[in-house]
Amino acid sequence: MDSESRKKIVKEIKVDLDKCIGCRACEVACSAFHARPKYSSTNPARSRIRVITDDLNDVYVPIRAGDYTPAECTGRHTYTINGKKYKECSFCGVSCPARDYFKEPDSGLPLKCDMCEDDPPLSEPMCVQVCPHDALTYEEREEEATEEVKQEDLEIGLESLVNKYGLDKIKDIVARMSGPKEG
Amino acid sequence: MRYAETGYNLEIDLTRGSVERVETDPKLTELHLGGQGTAGKILWDRVPPEVEPFSPDNLLIFSAGLLLATPVPGANRSAVDTFSPQTNLYSHSLFGGFFGPELKHAGYDKIVIRGKSPDLVYLWIKNGQVEIRDAGHLKGKGALQTSAQIKEELKQPEAQVAAIGLAGENRVYMATIEHANSSASRGVGVIMGDKNLKAIAVRGTKDVHIARPAELFEICNPMYQAIFDNPHCGDVFLHEDDEEWHVNNFAWGNARERQKGYWNKEIEEKWASISEKVRLRWTGCYNCPKDCHQAISYPGRPNYFLKCYSKLTYAMAAYKELDFNYDILGVTQEYGLDGFSTPQLLAFAVELYEAGILTDKDLPKFPSDSGERFFYLVEKIVRREGVGDALANGVYWAARQIGKGAEEFDHNTMKKFEQVPLKLGMINYPYFLMYATGEKMNITQIEGSYPQIPIAEKKEREAFVKNWDAAPERFKKWYLEWEPRQHPSIEAAVNICDWNEAMHYVDDALGTCAFLSSFRGQFGGRPPYHMYNLPDFISRATGMDIDTDGLWEITRRNRNLIRALNVRRGLRRIDEKPPEDHWKKREPEMETKLLDAYYEFKGWTNDGIPTRETLDKLGLDYVSRDFLERGILADSGDAPAKETSAEKKKET
Repeated sequence: MDSESRKKIVKEIKVDLDKCIGCRACEVACSAFHARPKYSSTNPARSRIRVITDDLNDVYVPIRAGDYTPAECTGRHTYTINGKKYKECSFCGVSCPARDYFKEPDSGLPLKCDMCEDDPPLSEPMCVQVCPHDALTYEEREEEATEEVKQEDLEIGLESLVNKYGLDKIKDIVARMSGPKEG
Repeated sequence: MRYAETGYNLEIDLTRGSVERVETDPKLTELHLGGQGTAGKILWDRVPPEVEPFSPDNLLIFSAGLLLATPVPGANRSAVDTFSPQTNLYSHSLFGGFFGPELKHAGYDKIVIRGKSPDLVYLWIKNGQVEIRDAGHLKGKGALQTSAQIKEELKQPEAQVAAIGLAGENRVYMATIEHANSSASRGVGVIMGDKNLKAIAVRGTKDVHIARPAELFEICNPMYQAIFDNPHCGDVFLHEDDEEWHVNNFAWGNARERQKGYWNKEIEEKWASISEKVRLRWTGCYNCPKDCHQAISYPGRPNYFLKCYSKLTYAMAAYKELDFNYDILGVTQEYGLDGFSTPQLLAFAVELYEAGILTDKDLPKFPSDSGERFFYLVEKIVRREGVGDALANGVYWAARQIGKGAEEFDHNTMKKFEQVPLKLGMINYPYFLMYATGEKMNITQIEGSYPQIPIAEKKEREAFVKNWDAAPERFKKWYLEWEPRQHPSIEAAVNICDWNEAMHYVDDALGTCAFLSSFRGQFGGRPPYHMYNLPDFISRATGMDIDTDGLWEITRRNRNLIRALNVRRGLRRIDEKPPEDHWKKREPEMETKLLDAYYEFKGWTNDGIPTRETLDKLGLDYVSRDFLERGILADSGDAPAKETSAEKKKET
C-alpha cells in the first residue's frame, strides 16, 4: 500500500509542572465550558483536566482526559524525578476503573478532552486561558502527516484475531462493517 | 432551584451520633448572604449567652462562603464560627485552600456541629453519604499527617480534609484547624478538640448552579489575568525578601521593643538564601491565580505550608533569625498552633522565667538558648504538662493562673486575646477605633481598605484618587486633604473604621479572599474586588438583585448581629480598650470623643449596644426584643430612639 502524505494540525497543551500552583482554575473553567447549557454550572468532578495533587510531597500534575479503558493496568511504574516520586497514574489521562478521574460522576460515563472545540473556535482551550502562570500553554502547529500502513503489520494483527476468534467470526464482522450504515 | 448556594446545611450531633441534612431558608441568604453572616444568625438563634464555650450546646460552624464553587476567582474561604473559652465571646476564623468548594459540591453550605463525642472521631462526607468514624488511631497525630492518612485509608485522594493536631485534642486555646495550605486560627481548634472531633473529610461531585451563567463568566474570565497582573493584591509581603518593614515596625520578644537598626543588606541576602533553600514552591488556593503560600521542606521536619506573617513571628518573639522560624513551624503546624498568638505566649513565658516568676521547678532543665526554650515550651503546652497547662490557656488566663505578678507581663492582650505585637509612637485615630471596637480580635481582620499613610506629594495623591474605584466619594476627598503626620478628623476616622470593617464583613460572607479585597486596598488602593464591583458578581451568581447600597445594608446587618452576639455575652464599652502601651502617646480625651462618635455613627448606645431603632431598621427586631427582655436595652432608655424613629417615618 502506498504512503499517503497530507498536512494536519497538531493541537498541543504544554504542561510545565514547575509552574503549577495547584489552584485548579483549569478544572473549574473546563467543567463550566462543558456544562450544558454552557457555563451553567461548575464541577471539577466533571472536568476533563485534573490536577493530580499530593501537596505534602509537592506533586502537582495537570493531566488531560484521554481514552477510555475497561481494564486497569496489570502493573504500574513509580517514577522518581529530581528526588520526587510520581505514580505512573499521575501522568496518565485514561478514564480507567482504577480511579475516579475522567468519569461523569452520576453515570460513570468516560470523559474525554476535546480541546474545547467550539464554533467559532476559541483562541485557546479554556484551561489554558485561565492559567496566567503558564503552567499550561497552547500551541498549534502544522505537521506533515505520513500515514503508512505496512502490509506485514496488518497480516500479523489479523492472524492473531483469527487465531483467537476463528476465521468465520472475523469474516462475519468484516461483512457487517462493510455493509450499509444505519441511519 | 438555589443558585450559588446549595440550600442545605449538614447538622451533626456528636453526642447522639446523628446526622441531618436540613434545607435552609432562602430569605436568610437575602438578609445575610452566607458564610459568617448566616452563621451569626444560627449562633444567635441556638446558642444563648448562658451556654459556656465548652458546653456540648456550643456550636462549631463551618461555612462555605456564598460565592464558593462558583466561577468567581479567589472565592474559596470558609468561615469557622463558635464561642471561645479564651474570651467567652464570639470566635471567628477563616481559611482558604480547597475545603469550602468541596463542601459545596458535596451539597452543603455549612456543617453545624453540636454536642460532644464520647471518643475521638472524624467526619466523612461524600455527597449524601455521611459517616461519623472512629479516630482512635489518629490520636496525637499531626494535623497534616492526619489529613494524608485519612485520604489514604478512605482511598479518596481527592477528599479535602480539615484536622486538628495535638494542641486541639488537648484543648489548647491557641489551637488551629489545619487544611492543606491554610489554617483557621484565633481559637477555633480548641472547640473542635473539645467536641472530640479530630477531622472532617469531604468529597463532593455535585454541580453548583449559577443564576446567570454566561453573564457571570463574562466578568469572571478577565479576572484571572487581572488578579495575576495586579501587584497590590495577594500576599505581597510574603513574596518579598526585604523584611525591613516588618522587622523594623513590629516589636520583638513579648511585644517589647522595636529594633530599628536591625535590618541590612547582609541579613537580607542571608534570609533570602534561607528561604530559597527551604522553598519547594509557591502554591495557591482554589480557583485563584495568586500564589500566596510557600510549600516548605526544612531538614528533619515534615513538609508544611507557610502563610502570611507567621514567616517571622516565632523568630522575632525569640530574638532569632529566619531559619529558626522555618524550623519551629515544622513542629507547630503539625501540632496545630496559631502562628500569631503562640509566639507571644512563648515569649511571655520566657519573660516570666527571667523575672523569676516561673522557676526551675516549673520548668525543669529549661535550656538557656531562646530558640531551644521555645521548642521546650511548645512540648509542655501542647500536652498541658506542668505549667504548660496554664500556658495553654493563652497569655491572659495563664498570667492570672500563675499569679505572683505575672499579670504585669500580660500587656498585649485585648478582650483577653493576644494582639499583633505592634508598639508605636503616636496614636492613630482610625486604628484606635478598629482595635477598640472590632469583633474579630485581630487587626488584620478589620483594617485594609483605606491607606495606612498618605502619599506626601499632593499631585501624586490626586493621581491615586483618580482611578480609586474601590473608594466611596467621601474618602477621596479626605485622602486628598491628608498631609503626612496629620490626623484625620473624627468624622473621617469613624468612616474609615466603618469602611474597613465593612469590607471584611463582605468578604467573610461571600468567601472572597481578603488578599483580593478587604485587606488589599490599603496599599496601592487597587483591590480586584470592592463594594462597587462585587454586587454584580453576587447578582449574576445568585440571581438576587443587589447593588452597592444593598451590599452595605447587608454588611451593617451582619455587623450588628455579630455585635449583638457579644453584647448578649456581656461585651461593653469598658472592654473596648486597645493595649495600654500600643501607642506611647495616648490622647484619652480624644479617645473618648472618638468612641462616642463611632457608637453614635453606628446607632449604638454610649455603652456600645446597638439601639432598638438601629436593630429594627435592619430587620433585627428579634435581637432588640431579646435585649429588652434581658434588660440589656431599657424601655425608658430606648424611648427617645423610638420617637426619633417615628419622626423620621413622618418625614418620609
